[in-house]
Amino acid sequence: MDARNDWYPVAIASFLRPGEDQHLTLMNTRLHLTRATSGEIAARDTAGRPRPVTVAHGHVWSSTGEPAHPLFEIPEGLELGRKLVDCGAVQVSASPLRVVENFLDIAHFPFVHTDILGAEPHTEVAPYEVEIRDTVDEVWATGVKYYQPQAAKSARESLVSEYTYRVPAPCAAILYKTCPPRPDMMDVIGLFVRPVDEELSVAYPWMALYDDSTPVEEMIQFQQTIFIQDRSILENQIPRKLPLDPRMESPTMADKTSIAYRRWLKRKAYLYGAETHGV
Amino acid sequence: MSMQLYDYVLSGNCYKVRLMLALLGQRCEMTAVDFHPGKAHLQPGFLEINPAGTLPVLIDGELSLCDSSAILVYLAHRYDSTGNWRPNADATSSALLQFWLSFGSRLSDTIGRARLHDMLGIPCDIAAAREAGCLALRELDAHLGEQGFKGERFLLGDTPTIADIACFPHAALAPDAGIEHDDYPALRRWLIDVRRVPGFIEMPGIHRLHDQLTT
Repeated sequence: MDARNDWYPVAIASFLRPGEDQHLTLMNTRLHLTRATSGEIAARDTAGRPRPVTVAHGHVWSSTGEPAHPLFEIPEGLELGRKLVDCGAVQVSASPLRVVENFLDIAHFPFVHTDILGAEPHTEVAPYEVEIRDTVDEVWATGVKYYQPQAAKSARESLVSEYTYRVPAPCAAILYKTCPPRPDMMDVIGLFVRPVDEELSVAYPWMALYDDSTPVEEMIQFQQTIFIQDRSILENQIPRKLPLDPRMESPTMADKTSIAYRRWLKRKAYLYGAETHGV
Repeated sequence: MSMQLYDYVLSGNCYKVRLMLALLGQRCEMTAVDFHPGKAHLQPGFLEINPAGTLPVLIDGELSLCDSSAILVYLAHRYDSTGNWRPNADATSSALLQFWLSFGSRLSDTIGRARLHDMLGIPCDIAAAREAGCLALRELDAHLGEQGFKGERFLLGDTPTIADIACFPHAALAPDAGIEHDDYPALRRWLIDVRRVPGFIEMPGIHRLHDQLTT
């Protein structure tokens, strides 16, 4: 697929206000975002041409091409009682595909998110299931279980979290994980990535949680803590683009999701931000 | 009444205070301020607490302090009975301590600004900020090199002081601003030494020393 014909996050919807225009870069193209007093949002490129716009999952989405499909849905985000949290925009000097892949990785938790999402010596990633679901054209990983000292801001003690990962688009990933205050429900955490270019990204973490006691400021900072811990690792990954040739980086069993993600990208011929040498 | 810190987890200046509190073993109530994306530090509610709209702010009883160097001085005076964290035996040591506290602010104004630009998209003259940041790191590295020749591991001697705590965060966070540590060997050794101080806590972007787990 031509990467340009997809939807990408360009702004946090609630921060785009009338009279406060935003300028940003999406895939090397400058865009100008406005919100009229009527609430209507518009995006234009530098030539003044209108670009497609849609608002969903707390963000404004646009495209430098012509999206062939509507934006993916997150039905759980509409469930009553969830707190929807915009976690900000963080710039990372890395390919958007690297940013998504890192979000799908579990094995780094004890080393990068020490005493939060993981802790030594609990470093083993137990076997889990991964599939490319052809009917919906998405990557899913299910049955991921991991020991976590502090799984969420709402967690009062360590627990074994259960994760499900969903990749609904090449530059977006969603995870469903055990909700500490309501173990029968799953928290939803999304990571939406805007490619500024092939080696520079802006990540928008977003959450839909069941948590009535934690102040929203603390939820945001918990998520920012996690993401900034990842950022320094991401910026040191070489090559900056995500290699699609399986011979370029040696995967282990724990990397099953990443392998499926890379295979899926290759099959779709989604190559923006990918290292295609040898493919 | 316990102390209260208005805090933003990604702020290097707030981290100076969190780190000092941890090193002194002092408890403090944390109030998270949504600096990004909410810009809560510029909203009326926060401006009532600190008209300058800056973080951190420490409240201890009647006292409200809103400058990280001032807070370090206060904490070291008030909560460190050993006096080791704040050497002021004579004119020279008092002045050198003040010099390095100011130097910490210089690091925030250069590397800190470049970091906010690179990380959160907050506008600044990025080339100028990075160049000034490198210059500051070179000075810091040269001083630490000289300290090394004297057999002293920290900025003002062989034990850490609030001068080290004032300079450590933004020096350590330089890679977040696109400034690598590779060119500053004495600085790199000092970054490890500070992380070895008992009671050290990390912040996002500054990873703890994992080899400590095995010792």
